Amino acid sequence: MTTAQKQRSRSHRLHAARSYLVLTALAALYIAPAYYLVVGSFKPAADVLSGLRGFVPEHLSFDNYRSVFDSLASDSTGYFWQFMVNSALISAAVVVVGLVVNSMAAYSFARLKWRGRDKSFLVVVALVIVPFEAVAIPLLFMLNGMRNSLLVQSLPFFANAFSIYLFYTFFLGMSKEIEEAARLDGLGSFGTFLRIAVPSAKPVFATVAILTFLTTWGQYLWPSLVVSNPSYRPLPLELSVFSGQMPVDWGEVLAFGVLLVVPVLVFFVSFQRFFVQSLASSAVKG
Amino acid sequence: MSNLTVDRSPRRKLRWNRQDIPGVAMAAPGVIGLLVFVAAPFLVAVFLSFYNAQLNSPRAPNFIGITQYSRLFADMQFWRALGNNLTFAAVVIPVQTAIALGLAMLVNQRLRGISIFRALFFLPVIFPMALVAVIWRLILSRSEDGLLNSLVHVVSFGQVGAQDWLGNSATALPSIILLSIWQGVGFQMIILLAGLQEIPQERYEAAQLDRASRWQQFLYVTLPGLRNTLIFVVLLTSILAFRVYDQVYILITSGGANKTATQTVLYQATTSVFDQNNLGRASAITVVFFAIVLVITVIQRRVVRQESEA
Repeated sequence: MTTAQKQRSRSHRLHAARSYLVLTALAALYIAPAYYLVVGSFKPAADVLSGLRGFVPEHLSFDNYRSVFDSLASDSTGYFWQFMVNSALISAAVVVVGLVVNSMAAYSFARLKWRGRDKSFLVVVALVIVPFEAVAIPLLFMLNGMRNSLLVQSLPFFANAFSIYLFYTFFLGMSKEIEEAARLDGLGSFGTFLRIAVPSAKPVFATVAILTFLTTWGQYLWPSLVVSNPSYRPLPLELSVFSGQMPVDWGEVLAFGVLLVVPVLVFFVSFQRFFVQSLASSAVKG
Repeated sequence: MSNLTVDRSPRRKLRWNRQDIPGVAMAAPGVIGLLVFVAAPFLVAVFLSFYNAQLNSPRAPNFIGITQYSRLFADMQFWRALGNNLTFAAVVIPVQTAIALGLAMLVNQRLRGISIFRALFFLPVIFPMALVAVIWRLILSRSEDGLLNSLVHVVSFGQVGAQDWLGNSATALPSIILLSIWQGVGFQMIILLAGLQEIPQERYEAAQLDRASRWQQFLYVTLPGLRNTLIFVVLLTSILAFRVYDQVYILITSGGANKTATQTVLYQATTSVFDQNNLGRASAITVVFFAIVLVITVIQRRVVRQESEA
């Protein structure tokens, strides 16, 4: 190695060290609230709200996790496992039914010919811009008779204009040759969709599944409008009810919070690369 | 409603041929779902906004013309809420975009383990707002043992006493802004990171040959290269700023947040239903809310189109 090269690699290492320092300091500051949540969930309730000592991991135990299940175990408060099951069922239904309904519609728009197709597609594209908040109140009026059910919490979210749009752009860009060959072999429209299009669209299915799961799992506005009976509450709504009762048991509330975020976190860690990419691509396309 | 898919003229009635059937059948569940749960509710909102409508009321809604709107526009609470949305947007758009850009540039370096940092900055995006509200209730607690209060106490050597960050009308909205940025900035960071990675490396190399300083490189290579992405992020953030609701509602109802200083347009809409059972007023607010979102979207489309034509 020449002296110049040595010098360059040294300045490079110095630069890297400085970058790590800045990144670590910022990340520590940024992640502090999340750390506070996790540490607090293992502390006795009285130790949570204790100034900067709240960051110190001491007197840790699983007691809060046990008592969340114990405090939420009667008909008047609702049952913790019930909230968990409600959230899981609603999210699973919205993700699965949504994938089927929206991919099918997108394939029909992108590949099949039928009268009224282009006009219908224009309507779908126009509806992409309507945020759910703009229809929540009238939907409450329309679906008032279905209040307090799991169905009312998932039904409005099955068809999604943006999901259709994401699937559509993918199907449009797919090579037609294999599909045409499949057609010649006698496969019908639906068969071609199922056997040829769906297997090659796995990345879009994953993207849409991730986006849908993330928004559905954390949803608050709609359940707060249509659910009053504890038996049908999803986790986020229950968290706000549970943490709104005085006196607040902060240990239990934080344990509840951790249990709420763990499923998304598992999802996030297992698909991390994909997750970030799909969110970015969805936003840029939108 | 099926008219939307069909020619309206009576002579050319809807007559799908055999070969149309698979396409129509496959599109139908999605299209019908959108018409029933997105398009129809919007029309219902417009309709209800002209009526004196209530939930679970035996009386039929009666027509009251534009009374809901004239009452709404004469209501100081509504203007206050709209003003809060505007303040929120005016602060969050520049601040959050700037922070997101700074973070994106930091995590765009070629370093070992950089993806861990990307993930850490992105993490709060996956937190449900209901949980973010709980965590920040503790941080902003007015008690002396609140996290922010004890931090301020230590930093000021005991000179500054405990503040009621959420209750005080001067600090309430800034507090909501702070926690909203904390939750959301990772999302903008990821979009800007994707934009940064599309800027050709050669442009930086050319700038370095011209002995451009780091600041000059940022000004003349990074910013122009990110132009479209930045415009997109700004418009996306402005729509999100008008959709602010969860954290505001939760913190007002159970976190002691100052109602006047933090309420937003959507807060006004849901509380019209919760507290007054006034569906007409809530619908009028919904219509106004959508009009604002529509205006921002139209501007967005126009800007993006101009960009791609230029």
